Amino acid sequence: MSSATDLTWFARHEIRLAWREWLAMTTGGQRRRKRAVIGLVIFAAILHLPAYAVVGRFANLTLPLDKSALIVMSSTIFLAWALMLSQAVESVTRVFYARADLDLIMSSPVRLTNIFSVRIAAIALQVTGMALLFSTPFVDVLVIGGGPRWLAAFGVVIAIGLSAAAVATALTVALFRLIGPRRTRLVAQVLAAIIGAGFVIALQIAAILSYGTLSRFAVLTSDTVAGFAPDAGSMLWWPARAVLGDGEALSLLLAFSLALLGVVVAIFSPRFADTIIRISANPAMASRTAKVRTFQRGSRQQALRWKEFVLLRRDPWLLSQSLMQLLYLVPPALMLWRSFSDGSAGLMLITPVIVMAAGQLAGGLAWLTISGEDAADLVATAPLSPAQVIRAKIEVVLLSIALVVAPFVIALAFASALQAVVTVLGVTIATISAAAIQLWFRVQAKRSQFRRRQTSSRVATFAEAFCSIGWAATSALALAMPIAAVITGAMTLMVLATTWKISPRQE
Amino acid sequence: MPSDPPALGVRGLTKRFDRPAVDALDLTVRAGEFYALLGPNGAGKTTTLRMVAGLLKPDAGSVSIFGIDALSDPIGAKQIMAWVSDEPMIYDKLTPLEYLEFVAGLWGIDPRLSERSAQDLLVSLGLEPHLHERCEGFSKGMRQKVALAGALVHDPSLIILDEPLTGLDALSARHVKGLLQERVRAGSTVIMTTHILEVAERMADRIGVIAKGRLVAEGTLAELRQRNGRNDISLEDAFIALVETEAAAA
Repeated sequence: MSSATDLTWFARHEIRLAWREWLAMTTGGQRRRKRAVIGLVIFAAILHLPAYAVVGRFANLTLPLDKSALIVMSSTIFLAWALMLSQAVESVTRVFYARADLDLIMSSPVRLTNIFSVRIAAIALQVTGMALLFSTPFVDVLVIGGGPRWLAAFGVVIAIGLSAAAVATALTVALFRLIGPRRTRLVAQVLAAIIGAGFVIALQIAAILSYGTLSRFAVLTSDTVAGFAPDAGSMLWWPARAVLGDGEALSLLLAFSLALLGVVVAIFSPRFADTIIRISANPAMASRTAKVRTFQRGSRQQALRWKEFVLLRRDPWLLSQSLMQLLYLVPPALMLWRSFSDGSAGLMLITPVIVMAAGQLAGGLAWLTISGEDAADLVATAPLSPAQVIRAKIEVVLLSIALVVAPFVIALAFASALQAVVTVLGVTIATISAAAIQLWFRVQAKRSQFRRRQTSSRVATFAEAFCSIGWAATSALALAMPIAAVITGAMTLMVLATTWKISPRQE
Repeated sequence: MPSDPPALGVRGLTKRFDRPAVDALDLTVRAGEFYALLGPNGAGKTTTLRMVAGLLKPDAGSVSIFGIDALSDPIGAKQIMAWVSDEPMIYDKLTPLEYLEFVAGLWGIDPRLSERSAQDLLVSLGLEPHLHERCEGFSKGMRQKVALAGALVHDPSLIILDEPLTGLDALSARHVKGLLQERVRAGSTVIMTTHILEVAERMADRIGVIAKGRLVAEGTLAELRQRNGRNDISLEDAFIALVETEAAAA
């Protein structure tokens, strides 16, 4: 096979794999695919409503923009880029560690540099494709309201998608070279989460420290930031100008992104193969030892709980995926700390944030303990009833959440005992709801499949999210407007009851 | 005087998926026996054993373990039984000793007894250098040995093994076979499926041949040979003849 044939053939193979993976992620498997696709189309159509609410009022925006508008728009584009970078880092890591076809590829008589060039390009295509998909409702709204000049926004999405994939590849290979294969997996995972959430959180922290509010726009539209911003002619504003239909800025942006990706492909494709060989040859995993301890006395349920805690503690990669949601607790924690000194009403905001984080965290932990049982046969053949097994596993979830939330609640109790009580109630109900949903929709899976837990049941994923939001809102309203809390609480209970009704296991 | 209950008594056991996987199967394994269950791929061996172990619910029939009805008292039956599948089921993040501690805890074994027993088992299976290493880097054979040690650490009366020698090298396979024979000599009952007919020929007291979810032949090696009318054939020849006869009859 010639080099060009290799490339085309492999590119086709990669595109087919990416398409099927995307289809599986979005439709949750083969069954009822047609219905799932129709559902997705309807969902995409509905997304135009929130898109209208967010960007509809900006449709008539034209160049030239003032500095403040340029800053807000550029920051929004940077946030989108950060999210794409986060997704790309995750994709590159997956190519290193999780693709089952690497042995086959590495042993085949084709030039590995070619193959990995295609693979890096495929990552870029995947990231850009997803971004185009999510940005379509927003661009649609802008085109309908402001004319076809807004179509240039698609070009900007492509440009930032390509550059995000390029930076992610360079970053991951560099990480690998710096800290080795074992740590790269965890660090890349943490990095992906921090990159995604970090920008928003950093702005929120700056807003809290400077203005005592969680709104990041308070910082972006401030005179201080405007003072530091460069002139309107700076290349820093290319993306914002390109979105608004400046053809020159768009062309330059696209050319820069393509060149960046080309350079990364040329430099890193040969290193990719080397990196992957080093990962598969890495013997470090085999030599990890644990502290010697004597066998402990305890009940059968205690044995189960001990096992779950040890597994959670020892799998930082899995734990990090779950605990990343705690990043969002940093701004409210800061707010809590600030509010102690000035008695601000912003303290009220902490309760829903904690309740929502607890609900989301509980969903992940419940999946790990209930569905992600690696030795399912062993536990099923043990002399315990299924109810005893489930109870022990749910206790692990509740205890873990209690450990995470306790410092916040204790601190809150000093500011307001009532709010601390409401927070505890909200956290408990949100945790139980999330665990119950995972229980009703449980499927036997390997813990390593955690990343895909949300694709196994769309209903469970949405129900979990709605319940977390519902209990968070109920907790907030319980403090501010108790009558309204009764209504939102009842609505969330209805969501939970409907979920139970349509779940495969009504227990 | 009433006779001792069999280690395993299966009556009319039936399980259907899209077709009958196990078809009104009757099977009796005596206490202290080494019983090999043979059959072609898809014959229903694993489905049968998974129902016996309580991992699958039968559509019909009964299962008793040493006289305990496994369907009405599953916990009582599980307490004296162990199951090892062909796919090793262990936790990557635990060491072999921790895994055995967990299994012993699940079966409610006194830690003073189980700790000693776990050490001895792992050493006898050649895992002494790896006692305190996490299982994540273990080969399939090593994982299989850890899973087997887990099955034996609570000293079960009935040990059910589905293809326990798959993936083991010659030395490890010898270790495992030795350990199982030792257990039978100590009074335990072993039921094992295998595709390695030589193992069944050498180790089993009795052999059952299952095809299309039914027991088509059962007996000692000599009895199975006699069914074919020749005393000089190997178990492999006898097995192939039995399966072919069954296929022709269908």
